Amino acid sequence: MNSADKKRVLREMLFARRFEERCYEAYVERKIGGFLHLYPGQEACVHGVMEAARPGHDYVITGYRDHIHAIKCGCDPKAVMAELFGKETGCSKGRGGSMHLFDVAHRFMGGYALVGGPFPLAVGMAKAIKMKGGDEIAICFLGDAANNQGTFHESLNMAALWKLPVLFVCENNLYGIGTRIDRSTAVVDQYKRVCGYGIPAAQEDGQDVEKVYAAARVAVEHVRGGNGPYFLELLTYRYRGHSMSDSNAYRPKEEERMWSRRDPIIILRDRLIEAGELTMDEYKRMDDEILHEIEHEIIPFAEQSPEPPVEELERYVLAENDPWVRGGAR
Amino acid sequence: MAVMMMWEAIRRAHDEEMARDPLVIAMGEDIGVAGGTYKATQGLYDKYGPERVIDTPISENSFTGVGIGASFLGVRPIIEIMSVNFAWLALDQIVNTAAKVRYMSGGQLQAPVVIRSPGGTAHQLGAQHSARMEKVFMGIAGLRVVTPSNPRQAYGLLKSAVRCDDPVFINEHELMYNLKGEVPDEEYFHPLEGSEVAREGRDVTLFGYNISVHWCLQAAETLAREDGIQAEVVDLYALSPLDREGIRRSVAKTHRAVVVEEAEAPVGVGAEVMAVLNEECFFELDAPPVRVSAAMVPIPYNRRLEKAAIPNPQRVVEAVRRLLGR
Ligand SMILES: Cc1ncc(C[n+]2csc(CCOP(=O)(O)OP(=O)(O)O)c2C)c(N)n1
Ligand SMILES: [Mg+2]
Repeated sequence: MNSADKKRVLREMLFARRFEERCYEAYVERKIGGFLHLYPGQEACVHGVMEAARPGHDYVITGYRDHIHAIKCGCDPKAVMAELFGKETGCSKGRGGSMHLFDVAHRFMGGYALVGGPFPLAVGMAKAIKMKGGDEIAICFLGDAANNQGTFHESLNMAALWKLPVLFVCENNLYGIGTRIDRSTAVVDQYKRVCGYGIPAAQEDGQDVEKVYAAARVAVEHVRGGNGPYFLELLTYRYRGHSMSDSNAYRPKEEERMWSRRDPIIILRDRLIEAGELTMDEYKRMDDEILHEIEHEIIPFAEQSPEPPVEELERYVLAENDPWVRGGAR
Repeated sequence: MAVMMMWEAIRRAHDEEMARDPLVIAMGEDIGVAGGTYKATQGLYDKYGPERVIDTPISENSFTGVGIGASFLGVRPIIEIMSVNFAWLALDQIVNTAAKVRYMSGGQLQAPVVIRSPGGTAHQLGAQHSARMEKVFMGIAGLRVVTPSNPRQAYGLLKSAVRCDDPVFINEHELMYNLKGEVPDEEYFHPLEGSEVAREGRDVTLFGYNISVHWCLQAAETLAREDGIQAEVVDLYALSPLDREGIRRSVAKTHRAVVVEEAEAPVGVGAEVMAVLNEECFFELDAPPVRVSAAMVPIPYNRRLEKAAIPNPQRVVEAVRRLLGR
């Protein structure tokens, strides 16, 4: 990443932080319903990986903590916020909600709520890529606790067996809801669990976006080069509760303090300032612009957009006017 | 019209669709080198190769998910789940992904997969190999469920299912792969919705699907011969969506209904058809409709007990006689 890239990524990560903080407020204001899983603390993961990949070209799939993954793939933040507000202009037309963002035009293939569900879907997309002969790769972002699902092992096996172009990114934030990883998982280092499938794997600091980027470049090159799957574990931390109903009472305060000193945005910001590539004033201006955009463009768009018409409740259940339902065109 | 067995008809549909479209693939346990437990994919591995006729590991939920993920990008997988009993393991991907993805993406993404699987009670396979799961699948929004009763339907339903943009579950039967029947020589696409009148009659309608269509037809023969009762047999080859109009039309003619299902009665095909009768043609009924269903037991191994657990033509005959007061 050159200096301009780093500044752009800093801005994107700061935007991600402010966007999620505003979601929190909107939830408290009851503008957003359901479950809401926020991303603060983990921004370097998706940004570092996708800088090394090709957003909008590579196929990305993830779990329910998906707002920033969608945006980084190219989904309009206005459409994301509108989705959270349940509006027709939302990226899933208000039918999906926070956990089910989709932007297929940008190859963001969705957020899924069943822990471990996306693993085989990513492998299947990689199978399709290989059949069609494209240079895309499939990227699956999931959490640490997802690796305790059978789909993790079954999918790694098939990805390796068929040498498919899929990158598994494990955002290890040390918790699955309130259960710390060492209480749920026999082997805490997640990259070690992959060696049984003959898949190359690495572990990296998930708070430093430049390190993530460097590790992801190796991973992406491997996968795009036709060498089969790769597993990248990123050590990270979420600054908020698992979802909105979570007080984080199960986490030691000292642990939280330690990780808050490793804020991915502050790490990059201070490094750029130290290198003379950014001033604190520039950073503050950046922040003001972001807050302005969220407050004066994104939120009003979401608020003023129409709700989906009730007459269309049953739309999108099945394909519309599919001739094969009647046995072909007659 | 050529006469062929059910497995040959299914194999032919695979072959034609794979020859037509390089994005049609087949996947499942032992379907490739071994040719398939019921020969439904025999010879296709040699013809289309391991990239398109895929022997999967024994990972039902995940290989089903792989098929679904591939279908997101336009691949048309025909997934064989070796026995429907194993489809319980794949429910997460079938129900939570395939059936819901079009809806929860606001129409952006679809999962045009075909999932074929044989169920039913065969010859003493025991409790864990005798499941009848059609009732589970037919209650899922976003999933089509069809179930062939003869080779023509098996061929034509699979052909249409491959081309349809919705996920389709095809409920086959362990005992029916060697069943013979006529299949058109030219290409044939069976509708994925509707029902067929398998035998015309005026006194009572027997509703069947898959194997129970044959029980109904045998019962209708006996009733005609011994009682002079003309039973109409309606073949519900589409279980979801169900042909409400076809159900109504027949009962508007016969005014009496018996539903014959191989599965246990609660929350089943019979329960659903009876609800449709209530909603569509209650005042056409001359007598309360009747279900002939399996006993509410895990299927036993013992041959006599196994036979006692599931319906047969004689029980259908008896149910009709009771219904008509004979
Ligand atoms: C199959 C399934 N089981 C349980 C849940 C409830 N659940 C939601 S998130 C979660 C923890 C997942 O943790 P992890 O994979 O580490 O991701 P993180 O939330 O930390 O990003 C659990 C148990 C679920 N959604 N799906
Ligand atoms: Mg976690």
